[in-house]
Parts: sequence; C-alpha cells; structure tokens
Amino acid sequence: MMAKKSPWPLIVMALWVAALALTPVALGNYEVRIAISIAMFTALALSWNIIGGFTGYPSFATAAFYGIGCYVGALAQRAGVPAALAWLAAAAFVGGVSFLLGSIVLRLKGHYFAIGSIALVDISRLVVSSWGGVTGGGNGLNVPLLEGRPPEVSALVLHVMLVIVVAAFLANLLTDRSRLGFGLRCIEQNEDAADMVGIDTTRYKIAAFVLSAIFPGAVGAVYASWVGYIDPTDSFDILTTVKVPVMAMLGGAGTLLGPVVGAVSFVLLEELFWANFLEWNRAIMGAIVVALIFFLPGGILKLDWRAILRRAPRGKPAERKTG
Amino acid sequence: MSAILELQNVSRAFGGIKAVNDVSFKLQEGEIVALIGPNGAGKTTLVNAITGVHTPTAGKVLFEGQDVTRQKPFQAARRGLARTFQIVQPFPRMTVLENVAASALFGGHPESVAEAHEHAARELDFVGLGHVAHSPASALTLPNRKRLELAKSLAMSPKVLLLDEVNAGLNATEIDGALDLIRRIAARGVSILIIEHLMKVVLSLSSRVLVLHHGELIAEGPPAEMVHDRKVIEAYLGPKFAERFQKEMAGA
Repeated sequence: MMAKKSPWPLIVMALWVAALALTPVALGNYEVRIAISIAMFTALALSWNIIGGFTGYPSFATAAFYGIGCYVGALAQRAGVPAALAWLAAAAFVGGVSFLLGSIVLRLKGHYFAIGSIALVDISRLVVSSWGGVTGGGNGLNVPLLEGRPPEVSALVLHVMLVIVVAAFLANLLTDRSRLGFGLRCIEQNEDAADMVGIDTTRYKIAAFVLSAIFPGAVGAVYASWVGYIDPTDSFDILTTVKVPVMAMLGGAGTLLGPVVGAVSFVLLEELFWANFLEWNRAIMGAIVVALIFFLPGGILKLDWRAILRRAPRGKPAERKTG
Repeated sequence: MSAILELQNVSRAFGGIKAVNDVSFKLQEGEIVALIGPNGAGKTTLVNAITGVHTPTAGKVLFEGQDVTRQKPFQAARRGLARTFQIVQPFPRMTVLENVAASALFGGHPESVAEAHEHAARELDFVGLGHVAHSPASALTLPNRKRLELAKSLAMSPKVLLLDEVNAGLNATEIDGALDLIRRIAARGVSILIIEHLMKVVLSLSSRVLVLHHGELIAEGPPAEMVHDRKVIEAYLGPKFAERFQKEMAGA
C-alpha cells in the first residue's frame, strides 16, 4: 500500500550528507573535489528522478537547466548581486523557463519526448553562443570569485551543494509521499488511464518538469561561482545530460535513494577509470551503460540483495552452524 | 425524467473521414441504453468524443444541461462522466486496491488519501474483487481485469457510465456474472450507455438501442424491434442477406 513510510531512506541520507559535509575537515583537497562532484551529480540525479523516475518521462534536458543556471547566476553576480541571491535567482529563473518549455515539450511522449528534450539543450546553447552582447558568446564569461582561501572556498561550495542535495531529496520525498507522487506514478504506468481517472496529466507533468529543473539551475549557478569562468560548450555539455539519467538508473530510477547511490557509484567509477585508463575511459563507461541496460534494468537498489546474501554463505556450511 | 447526457449533431472527422457524423441522442437519468453497430461503425470514437479524448469537430455534448463539448478527459471523469476501455487499462505495477484508490482520489471527491483507499475497498467488494485487493493489477485474469475497470469507474461516483465492450472475450458464465453486476450498478442510480456486440446482453439489459453505421445513427428503438429492423440487418449482413432473412421470417 501507499501508506508504508519506512524511515530508512531518511536515516541513510542524513548520515551520508553528514559524512560528505565532513570531508574538508577529515580529508585532503582531492577528496573534497570528488565530494563536490558527488554532491553536484547527486543533486542532478535526484532532480532527474522526479521527471524521469516517478513520471517516466526520459528527460535529457538536465544540461539545459544546468547551463541556463550557470549563465543566470554568472550574469546576476556580474551585475553586482550577492552570490547567494544570484544562486536563488538562477533557480527561480530556470523554474520559469522550464514551465514554459515544459508546456511545449511535454506534449511529446516516449522517444519523441527524449529527442525533444535533447533539442532543448542544443537550442539553449545556440541562444547563449549567439547572444554575444549579453553572454560573451563563444568567449565565455568570467564570474566574480568567491572570497576566501582555496580550501575555504571548496568547503563552502561543497556545503552549498549539499544544501541543494538536501532540498532535492526533500522534493523527492514529498513527491513520493503525496498526491502529486501518486498521480505521477499513475502517469508513468499508463498515461491514458491516468487521464481517464481524473488526473490533470498536463499540470502534473509540468509540475514534475519544473521540480526537476530548479535544482539543476541552482547547481549550475554555484558551479559557475566555483570555477570562475563559464563558456557555452562546457555549460551545455551533452555528456552531462546523458550521465545524469545513467546515474539515476544505475542506482534505481523512481526510488528515493537510487539516484544517490547511482551518483556516488558513477562518479567513483569514472574517477577510477580516468586515473587508470586515460585512453579507454569513455569506452569503458559506454560498456557499463550497455551492461546496465541488459543486466540491471531496475538499478542497484532493485537487485534482490537478500537472495544474493543468502546464497553467499551456502558455500561455507560450517560457518552457518556456529551462528 | 430529464436527459442527463445529450448529444446534438455531434461529428468527429479524422482528415477527410467522418468517423462520427451528425449523431444526436439523449440519455435519460437512470436509463440503460445500448449502442450497437458493425465493426468500424464509430462506436468507440463516439465514446471518445463524449469523454473529451477526441473533441468533436462539430456539434455539442451536454452533461446535466451544461455544455461540455470541449472538456478534457480528466474533467469528464471529475464531473461524473466515467468510462471503461474496450482494451483494459490498468496501472500494471500497482495493486488492485491502489488502482481503484487512484480513481477515488483523483476522480472522486475524497477527504483524504486514507478515505480514498476505504472507498476503493468498498468498490472492490461491490464488484467482487475484494479477495485480490493486494495483488498486482497485472496478475489478474481477463474477467477480473474487466471488473477492475468497472471498480475504477465506480470509485469516481459517476452519474453516467460509458461501458465500451466490457463483456468482450468473456465466456457464457462470466457474462452472466457481468450482467448481474451491470444491473446492480444501474440500481445505484447510474445511467449507462453500453457498447455491445452480444445480443444477449443488449436484449436483457437495455431499454433502448441506438444503431450506428458508418458513423451515422441509422436506427433507434426498443431492442426487440431493432433486431428485426431491415436497415439494421442490412448494416450487419448486407442487403442480399437482409432480403432473404425477411422472406424467411415472413414465410415462417
């Protein structure tokens, strides 16, 4: 039934966020940088989960929201807006944009929607590159740097990213346990039937799309402040848009912790392959994506862990008796 | 008696093809009316036009005297104009109870999610699916899926129910069960428009029959008369057989 409300996802999430938040105290700069990367992609994957997981609309628009967030944050800061306000402004602006774009592309379904959402990334990039007067075009933009020594700045960025992660997680949690989430699951399973039982599918889908857009907008703006320079190819990277759904699916799309688990696993794997197989890392990532689709369609969290753990001790019957 | 659902010259065209052409009729409150016609006559399109899946290209749909021609399907559901699908449409990865609770929650007017579940449980008992409430919807047999469709529609507390071939694919015993269920639904005061191919169902349930052919309403009247109507027989079997049939009937 819908009423089952396990406290475990909340507890696991709280511990995990606390652990990440402590990296600047406990570990070195390299680990903090990875922690920021994990936090960033966790926020993006959790956001994607609302439209891609709960609603079943395979959106590839993440990079569009992220990129627009980069630029709105950067432009606001250049105009003298304080960093924190600029980040909020970016989230709000991207929310508005996604509302308008959503009411157009959400008329498409399945593969058509997927293609349409990729187009949003390219169109946004083209607009930003061509609108040189405002965005600096292909030359990119310098963003005012955050004040402080580098380790302090990294810690601040990490903590802000974690705030976004928590907000995105709460959005997932509330969606999952509310009327909105119930409606989105109906849409995911059978949109015609959802319409027929009285769900205003258009409004619900747009709500999901906007929820999945505001957090990437904020992440983009914070990222821009952190790196101090943005350009169109980096901000609207098609790879970002592909990686995020892969992460969510790796962990388990449509679950609360799936995107979190997926983002950590993916970032760590990527780091491992970059470090050890510099020339082959893209090919290896590609192979992982294919393997994922074939062998793990439900994601890591959907594996029957109990069965796997139960099977493991069978090889050592002696140990079983001691218990 | 007043008309709860009224169609005024409703047409629906797809490109140059008029799937439904200039159809007018009234459904009175508490009435069971059957809509029959050969395959491809436009019966399902007519139901789609009534419930807003396809907006009529001409004409008007009135529900309780209100013009609802341009409504969306979800608005029809919330108004109390429910339908079932010819091809059953469950939410496959939800339990049977959740399927019905979704209808109660979004299409009905419950106070809370918990109340929607209670309402859903009552409707499941009503259609005889109480014992499988917690099975996944995808695990149901065809007759039970049809009952689930009915329970989903009923959970919205409809005033009018449009049944699109709810008995197709059922065997004789199952049909008797379904007939009994439809009678009990009507006894709750729900007006029913039933699309049906099985004459047994049409004859035993409906007080009036509408015959659709090539998108047009070609005959309307009591079921026993419609069975012998020359135009109706022609629509189904062609003019040659209709002639022979009538000669035989006259001879007999």
